[in-house]
Amino acid sequence: MSRKVLLIEDEPNITEAIRFLLTREGWQVETHDEGTDAIQVIAAARPDLVILDVMLPGKSGMDILRDLRDHAELQALPVLMLTARGQSRDREMAERAGVSRFMTKPFSNAEVLTAVRDLHAQASRS
Amino acid sequence: MATLNVLILVCLGYVVLLFGVAFAADRMAAVGKGKWLRSPLIYTLSLSIYCTAWTFYGAVGNAARSGLEFVTIYLGPTLVMVGWWWGLRKLVRVARSQRVTSIADLISSRYGKSNTLAVCVTILAVLGGTPYIALQLQSITLSFSIFAEADPTGLYREGSSVFWVATGLALFAILFGTRNLDANERHHGVVTAIALEAVVKLVALLAVGIFVVWGIAGGLGPMMDRIDASEIGQWNVDASRWTTFTFLSAAAFVCLPRMFQVMVVENDDESHLRTAAWAFPLYLLLMSLFVVPIAVVGLDLLPEGSNPDLFVLTVPLSQGNDGLAVLSFIGGFSSATSMVIVTAMALSTMVSNHVVMPIWLNTQDRPGAVPGDVRTIVLLARRVSIAAIMALGYFYYSLSGGGAALASIGLVAFAGISQILPALVGGLFWRGATRTGALAGLSVGFGLWIYTLLLPGMDGGIIPHSVIEHGPFGWGWLRPQALFGIEGIDPMVHTVMWSLLLNTIAFCLASLLSFPSPMERLQGAQFVNVFDHSVAPRGWTGSVAQSEDLMIMTQRILGPTPTQEFFQAEAERQNGRPGRLPEPTPGFLQRLERELSGSVGAATAHAMIGQIVGGASVSVEDLLAVADESAQMLEYSSQLEAKSAELSRTARQLREANAKLTQVSMQKDAFLSQVSHELRTPMTSIRAFSEIMRDTDGLSADEQTRYAAIIHDEALRLTRLLDDLLDLSVLESGQVSLNMGDGTLRAVLDRAVSSALTGGGATLQVRRTRASERMALHTDLDRLGQVFINLISNAQKYCDAAEPVLTISAHDVGGQMVVDFVDNGSGIPPDAQSMVFEKFARVGSDKAGGAGLGLAICREIMQRLGGEIAYLPGQGGAAFRISLPLAYQQAAQ
Repeated sequence: MSRKVLLIEDEPNITEAIRFLLTREGWQVETHDEGTDAIQVIAAARPDLVILDVMLPGKSGMDILRDLRDHAELQALPVLMLTARGQSRDREMAERAGVSRFMTKPFSNAEVLTAVRDLHAQASRS
Repeated sequence: MATLNVLILVCLGYVVLLFGVAFAADRMAAVGKGKWLRSPLIYTLSLSIYCTAWTFYGAVGNAARSGLEFVTIYLGPTLVMVGWWWGLRKLVRVARSQRVTSIADLISSRYGKSNTLAVCVTILAVLGGTPYIALQLQSITLSFSIFAEADPTGLYREGSSVFWVATGLALFAILFGTRNLDANERHHGVVTAIALEAVVKLVALLAVGIFVVWGIAGGLGPMMDRIDASEIGQWNVDASRWTTFTFLSAAAFVCLPRMFQVMVVENDDESHLRTAAWAFPLYLLLMSLFVVPIAVVGLDLLPEGSNPDLFVLTVPLSQGNDGLAVLSFIGGFSSATSMVIVTAMALSTMVSNHVVMPIWLNTQDRPGAVPGDVRTIVLLARRVSIAAIMALGYFYYSLSGGGAALASIGLVAFAGISQILPALVGGLFWRGATRTGALAGLSVGFGLWIYTLLLPGMDGGIIPHSVIEHGPFGWGWLRPQALFGIEGIDPMVHTVMWSLLLNTIAFCLASLLSFPSPMERLQGAQFVNVFDHSVAPRGWTGSVAQSEDLMIMTQRILGPTPTQEFFQAEAERQNGRPGRLPEPTPGFLQRLERELSGSVGAATAHAMIGQIVGGASVSVEDLLAVADESAQMLEYSSQLEAKSAELSRTARQLREANAKLTQVSMQKDAFLSQVSHELRTPMTSIRAFSEIMRDTDGLSADEQTRYAAIIHDEALRLTRLLDDLLDLSVLESGQVSLNMGDGTLRAVLDRAVSSALTGGGATLQVRRTRASERMALHTDLDRLGQVFINLISNAQKYCDAAEPVLTISAHDVGGQMVVDFVDNGSGIPPDAQSMVFEKFARVGSDKAGGAGLGLAICREIMQRLGGEIAYLPGQGGAAFRISLPLAYQQAAQ
């Protein structure tokens, strides 16, 4: 069974690192580096999981998440959010917007892999 | 024979004693001790400055020359004290309630606080006072010279001794007369010293008299025989002279500035006047008791041609009684010094308050903004005035030569100062008296006094002889000493009669014809009705007042709750029925008025109740008092208004400061959040790839190289970011020290271009016009180069043209070096242009890895260098302009 993750991140090096990790885990990794059309990209790609950066050009990850939760077909999609702004306010905001998991950069690779596995397992069970 | 040097020592000792007494009295008053300092006795004794050296020595001389006429000088004040004490009480009450500082102040205050009047009175007082001071100085000199004649070995020099005496007296007056500013604070030191002097001169004169009667004449009986035998004993009364002189001395007693000072300004308690009313005439009686005996014996004993003015001294001396002579000398010295000191104090207050201070206030640029301590300036003005008045007296003495011309000056001064009398008495008792009237009366009287008495009496012919003989322009009826053709009168009588008569007529006529200002009416009412206003409250008689109306009115003023409480208490007090309104009894109305006056002032309260009670109509005085109170309230409320405006201004400033702080705090939060993001992003890549390299087996060599390169790049990015942050914080805090140097623009650009283009892709082509780059610079060349490098590498990073070209062109625009950096890319979108110099501002997606601090740093650097950097819109590609003042311009500045 093919597992697809959509990574929305504007830092190419971080994108490359996550792609490397998840590909080895057996994920099909698609990437996007811009906020404005993120919802359309997600809708088109139909991933099992979205990894979303907060500070994106065009539209912030928070706004994308809120749109996603309002979206009729996409609202149940597990979202792992990554941010480099290490403020507790951001975590609260994300949780209110309906984030599935919130992580602060820099993260350890093991953490990311664990989070991805957990989220996928939850999604599969339900 | 007492040697002169001993005399001088005694004199000095006496002066030291006076200083000591004055100092001790001031000290006691300051610590609240010495109640006796404010006793009626001290007050009465202080009034004795009326008796100057002119009286002490001159009375005997006067008696020797004109018989009993000298008595008039004592008679006038006695009549005033005994017969007119109620007038004096009114004067004292008015002066106290109006906080009057001098007679000039009193007159000015009564007539609508007119400074013109005050200046008139001041001039009159100084004009009359200066010769009078000179007279005192002369008496001291003359008495010195008596001793000097007998002792040629002495140190006595006439001129210098007078000078030192004048200086000493000025010093005393300044020291004890200008310690306090408020005229209502008494000069206890001076008054006490004067009281002491009063005792000394009385004792001295009595001692000489007793010596003459019992020591020389041999008892009362023989003395009476001698008097009968003498011409003086003849009861030779010239009625007009007697009347005139008595009147004159009475008027002067009230009007003289020094008398006003001790009698009114220094008065502590009105009731002292009651004691003084009998005690002061007694003092005068004692002073005059032995005048005739001394004169008679002096005429008998001393050789023909001796100066009778000095009999008090020369009689004991001729009998070899040196001790008594010295005592007598001290008595005369006391009379002179006390008069001079108090006169100088009183005149200086007038001069400084009515002449110096108004002029000084006018010379201030902004009348509203009188600098802080006016007090010291007032005190300084008073001190300088004392010195000036004393100097004036001294010069008058020196110029007049101290001759006989001075002897008559006492009465001349009296006649001059008496011109104030109509305005003073009229002001106290006649509400119709106006400022115009007072001015008219004063001018007429003053002018006549100068024309008929002062000028004709002067040596040196200020008025030509022909004018005195035939009148000005030959108009006989204007002859100075025979006005309107009435001849054959004594000149003094003539002057006093005409000047005071015409003065009074002018005063009354002008008052009747002129219309007083509101201020004059108000002051007039307060002066004339001083006892009504300040003592018994006006009572309420039986009335038809409606208690309900009274309550409604009271509620409006006091508010509902206090009004309820007050009326309840009153009802209970009346008949034990707290539930009902109190009956409007007189007692209740009076208490209500008192209650209300605490809020709205006495006069308003009275008028308001009067309106409701209806029985008493509101009088003009009531209305004036209301007007006065309203003016005060208006002033108070405008002060409140100013205060509340100030408060709201402060509040607005606080709000603005708070908004600024909030903004700064938000900016700081945003900045920290940005810094966190910019640091965490490269660290994320570094951590991820280092963990990949550590944990992943079987990475290919290519992958290994590639990931190591990423780690390396991100580490560099981190370093650059930290460097930029540090640089920016140093620049922003202003702690950067500029390393100033000289160079040309071309050299700086050369280095910047080569430094920016090495290591990069080097696809950017840089176009320059080297000829225009020969400008000389005096600035921090490295910092300027840093700005250039930044702009060039920005072009290299962000110029999106297929063949990127950066054009650098330099111009000298009015002493400014202007360098433009324009590339051929798509430039910066208009909405982002204003943001490019902000920290962490990045346009579009930043693939070049800059943190967005470069242009912010450039802007900071240019500001430090005294120039600027700006975005140039409309140049096609991205365009920046650097401007900096040129070296020669800076040198020229």
